[in-house]
Order: sequence, then structure tokens, then C-alpha cells
Amino acid sequence: MLNLRDNPLLLYALGICPALAVSTRVDNALVMGLLVLVVLMGTTLVMAALEPVLPEALRLPLALVAAAGLVTAGDLFLRTYLPGLREGLGIYVQLVAVNCLLVGRTETGRRRLSEAAPEAFGQGAGFCLGLLLVALVREVLGAGTISLFPVGSFSGTLRIGGLAEQPVRILLLAPGAFLVLGYLAALYNRSRS
Amino acid sequence: MISAPHLHAGPTSRRMMLSVVVCLLPAGLWAVVRYGPPALYVLLASIAASLLTELAIAALAFRRFTLGDGSAALTGLLIGFTLPPAVPLYVPIAAAVFAIAVVKMTFGGLGRNWMNPALGGRVFVMFSWPVFFHASPAAGRADSLLRWIWNGTPGAIGDVSATLLVLGSVYLFVRRIIRWETPAAFIGSFSLAVWAFAGLPHGFFRGDLPLYLLTGGLLLGALYQATDPVTSPLTRVGRLVFGAGCGLLAFLVRRFGPYAEGVAPAVVFMNMLVPLINRLTRRAAC
Repeated sequence: MLNLRDNPLLLYALGICPALAVSTRVDNALVMGLLVLVVLMGTTLVMAALEPVLPEALRLPLALVAAAGLVTAGDLFLRTYLPGLREGLGIYVQLVAVNCLLVGRTETGRRRLSEAAPEAFGQGAGFCLGLLLVALVREVLGAGTISLFPVGSFSGTLRIGGLAEQPVRILLLAPGAFLVLGYLAALYNRSRS
Repeated sequence: MISAPHLHAGPTSRRMMLSVVVCLLPAGLWAVVRYGPPALYVLLASIAASLLTELAIAALAFRRFTLGDGSAALTGLLIGFTLPPAVPLYVPIAAAVFAIAVVKMTFGGLGRNWMNPALGGRVFVMFSWPVFFHASPAAGRADSLLRWIWNGTPGAIGDVSATLLVLGSVYLFVRRIIRWETPAAFIGSFSLAVWAFAGLPHGFFRGDLPLYLLTGGLLLGALYQATDPVTSPLTRVGRLVFGAGCGLLAFLVRRFGPYAEGVAPAVVFMNMLVPLINRLTRRAAC
């Protein structure tokens, strides 16, 4: 069933490798989150379709092959339509194929299509939202900007006066990623209990 | 296994903290005389922010009043000491809030933090606003060694007078509020490394020892910050290992890193190893 409350990123610390690495900009985080959502959904659909004929031992290898195929397709899509953003995501696009969120889903998630699809959507969307939150905090405080997508006369970047001149730059560096993710996870867990 | 609280019979934490504050005051006053009001504002801002943060978090999260132990005031004072006098006031405030809120209170308050709060705050602002820290200590050699020892050296507020820092620490050594092992190993390994390698690429054993010892945060760090009883090892051998590691890292960061100063990151890094050092040296005599 659809479950948006058990946020995989903030509650189980799943998928923190891309979450820590690409959360320096809101636009990066949004693209990465959507990519994870699409790959997670696609892999789940493929695995659910193959479920009746698949030996247990082949589940994980095949799930990884399916994920790798979807990631490659997503990579080519990004290179074609959003080359600048693709540049900023670096190696982390390819790494989505072995994301622990995906491996965890294949190993322990539900298998019947009617249950697996909403569950995968909930996890992917939850990851996407969590990642966006981390990136929003880090970019606003660490750079004083919010990077979105250029539309019409809007350049794509919001500047926050005051902060943009002397931002708390450490939040854009590696320690900032751990600090922000840690405190957001703590707040999230506290708000649930 | 020795566990918290680490402060045994003898001085209470309140007396210890206040003793350290009093021993630091001469150096602080001299810095205010030398640098004028800006140094005073930085010190006041860091102390006030530190006290207010501790007051607010202790009241909200723990429902306790903890300012009485004096540790927040000392943290604020030490943060001010590690900053250059010309920084905008949001720098000491950010350092103090980070030190108290993140480094100390998140882990449960006094005695439970693994990192020295003042140095954690200092490292936080150093990486956030590096522009204020690039040129701080010792741009060049002073005209005479004697003048350095008497007048003080350029750099952070607390680096101004090596003489007063050493004099202040004598009382702390006598009362055994700070133990000799950490500063001795810290300054010893730092001096050895400077003597051997600071002269590169011109050759080994040509380092300018007075320049490295008397300028920058070495004395403040070795005497007052690395000796923090909460974040330094419990055993004698452990403190020697800890101090030696601090000295070596401080030299590496200062000589080869992009920053003017290496004491704060070095001590913070060694703080991380303290539980391991404690465990490995547990059987040695305390």
C-alpha cells in the first residue's frame, strides 16, 4: 500500500550515498529524486511481471540488470535534454543502478504487482521529497540561492539577499551534508513519535 | 572500563572552569589593549552567544539550568580567543551557537561531547567563511624575538601574547587542572616536525622554530584546548599519544594546508580518536 510516512531516507537512511552527494543544489536533487523514483517503479514492474517464472536465486541479479537498463536509458535522456544538469550529477546517475533503496526493495519488498507498485511509488516519492528537503536547506544556507529550472524570463536561480553574499559555506561541503541529513532525520523521527 | 563522569574527587567542574577563565583573562585583557574595541566586541559576542544558546537549549530540551558549571562561559571565551579581531560579529556568534548547540548539547551536554566545543565552533566558521582566516597569523618574521615575546604576535585574539598564556597555565599545572602530558607531547612533536620539515624545500632540519612556536594558536591549543578533560584521553600514555598526534597534524595543516593555522582541525581530528586511544591504553598506569 502507499506509504509516505516511512520515509526511506530520513527514517532508514537508505540511499544516503546520492542524497549526501548531490544535495548541494535543489535542481540536482529534484532530477536525482525523480530518476530514483522512475528506476524504482520500472524495476518493480519488471520484477512483478517476471515473478511467476523467476527462480529465487536469480531475483537480485535480474533486478540489477533491469535497473541498470533503466538507468542507462535515464542517463541518455538526461544527456540529451538536460546536459548541464547531467554534468553536475556526475557518477551518481550510474550509481542509482546499485542504490541500496533498490536492492532493499528487491530483497524485502512486496512482490505482487497490486501491492508492490504503490509501495515502490511511496518509497521513491518519499526519497525524492527527503532529498529535496536536504538540498533546500543546504543550498539556501550554504549558497544563499535556490536553483530551479529556467522558464521564460526567469533565469532559474533565486538569490536570497544577505545570505548570498556570505553564506555558511560549510553546509555545501561534505560535513554539511551529514549535519543537515542528521538533524533532519532527528526532527523527522521526533515528529513521528 | 572507565565511564562518565570523568571528573573525580578534588576540583568540581565549576571550579575548574572558572580557574581556566581566570588564567586566560590576562591574555584576553592584553589583546583588548593591543587590538582595541573590536577584540572586545568579538569576545563579548562569542561569550554572550554561547551563554544564551546553552541557556535556551538546556531549558527547552533538558529542563535544567546549566550555566552554573561555567563551561559555556569558558567555551565562549575560548572561541573568541581563536578568532582574528577584525571578523564581523556574526562569525563569533555562529561559532558559539554551533559549538554549544551542535557539538555539545546534541550529545547531551557537559561531559558527553566527544569534540572540544570551542574548536568545533572555530572549525565550523573557518570552513564557512575562509576569507577571514587566510591571512591571520604571522605573515612574516618580526624584527626581534624579544619584541615578539614582550609585545605579542599578530593573529587571532588569543595568540597575542605567548608570555601571558604560559604564565596563566602555570597555575593550572600546579593545581593539576591541566596535566603535563598532553601539552608536552603536543609541543614536542610539533617542534620536532617543524625543526625537521618546515625548512623544505631548502633542506631538512632548517625549520624556523620560534616563528612556528610563538605565532599562531599553538600555545593556546596545546595548553588550554587539547587539555580539555572531557575530550582528551584518561590515561597518561593515552594523553602522550593524543598530544603527539595533535602536534604532528597541526604542523602538517599549518605548513602544507591552505589555511594559515592548523591547531583547531588537528585537535578536533584527534578528539575523534580519543575513545580508541582510551581503549588501547586502558591497562597502562593512569
